[in-house]
Amino acid sequence: MGPETVGGGAGAADAADGAVDLRALYDASGAREILEQLDRELVGLVPVKRRIREISSLLLVERARREVGLSHEAPTLHMSFTGNPGTGKTTVAHRMADLLHRLGYIRRGQLVSVTRDDLVGQYIGHTAPKTKEILKKAMGGVLFIDEAYYLYRSENERDYGQESIEILLQVMENQREDLVVILAGYADRMDHFFSANPGFRSRIAHHIEFPDYRDEELISIARTMLERQNYRLSEAAEDALQEYVALRRAQPHFANARSIRNALDRARLRQANRLFQADAGPLNAAELSTLDEADIRASRVFSGGLGGAGREATAAAPADPEAPPDSEAPPDPGAGS
Amino acid sequence: MRLTQGTFSFLPDLTDEQISAQVQYCLDRAWAVSIEHTSDPHPRNTYWEMWGQPMFDLVDAVGFMESLAECREAHGDRYIRVLAFDASPGWESVRLSFLVNRPEHEPGFRLERREMSGRIIRYTTHSYATDRPVDERYGRTNGAEPEAHGS
Repeated sequence: MGPETVGGGAGAADAADGAVDLRALYDASGAREILEQLDRELVGLVPVKRRIREISSLLLVERARREVGLSHEAPTLHMSFTGNPGTGKTTVAHRMADLLHRLGYIRRGQLVSVTRDDLVGQYIGHTAPKTKEILKKAMGGVLFIDEAYYLYRSENERDYGQESIEILLQVMENQREDLVVILAGYADRMDHFFSANPGFRSRIAHHIEFPDYRDEELISIARTMLERQNYRLSEAAEDALQEYVALRRAQPHFANARSIRNALDRARLRQANRLFQADAGPLNAAELSTLDEADIRASRVFSGGLGGAGREATAAAPADPEAPPDSEAPPDPGAGS
Repeated sequence: MRLTQGTFSFLPDLTDEQISAQVQYCLDRAWAVSIEHTSDPHPRNTYWEMWGQPMFDLVDAVGFMESLAECREAHGDRYIRVLAFDASPGWESVRLSFLVNRPEHEPGFRLERREMSGRIIRYTTHSYATDRPVDERYGRTNGAEPEAHGS
């Protein structure tokens, strides 16, 4: 009856005539902050952000429908994030948990991040309790399964992963209001995983693809990372970094933002070493926080790179820590060394 | 005789909803909850059997309620209690302990007087239930009607 009073989250539905003010609902939920934070903190990822906006509008409308009494079922919210390593899947999953929490679709909003090892046991009878333990911890929040395709091993039909998959499927179906599951992994291997486990595909409502970053986006990410640590790049260093990104992309085990982070970590190591070796008297803040061209150019990437023969680790460039021991070459066609 | 032990012992038995709310209160304070059960409810029997391990890192009470349902399924004829441990002082200490399950028929306790020399009397509390083997204490398997004591 009266003018709409924006305030309490649930109070957005006007009981008198069953009308719902979507804008008020949106403002009260706090979802706007999350979406703005996404835009602000994550470089690039335009299609991902667009999908997340779509999903959040859908959820908002769904919630409004529920308040007017048009829908009663808990919607399926399980998602799959596919993309190459280092494209921000984990970060987005954290934001997603926050978003779902604010929109009222999960009660607590915690994110439990696991891999195969956390779910699958070593011997008969070990898997079910392990999986259930993790599920218990994730209840009321989001369960994020990284590299989910490892759960299923087609070459071994007695693999315990199958047991874990069955428990997961059951919970995904029956406890939709308690738990949201997000599966993540490389696109091609996830496709294989879904085709081998049709149960998963049909229970997942939102498939989100994470594109690779473009070169200038990676540079911008690098700048943000350094700013956060109070470092900066000299101009020559920035040019060097651009070359670095282009070269690094063509080499194996390229992991987008993660590769950049590791490169910067090593550059900081070299800078520290350079400053220490030079021993040129007292240093001011600017000198302590500037990465120079030499710090970037010393990378192995410029001298033929990480592929094959160049694999032995030197003191300046320790073995690439981003490559998991059993990871194969990413689906990057130009990956040959 | 209705056993009273721990917190809320003089309230009517908690409903599942109330148990869940209490457990959520514990979890919100980062206490670890655990489930224990026994067929020997003597007040000095502090060592009940554990049902699984204490649940660390739980966020939501739903997971706890699942464990409780499993425990009730297996030991519905016994006493089951919930313990909440607070580790913030640097050691685990019980902050909350309450019963969440009791046998349908609770035979209760009798007081035994043992006469010692010189007119001294020693008193003992004896649980009727413990006169029988563990599995038969609350009238489930042995066929014989559990006789009605006390109340």
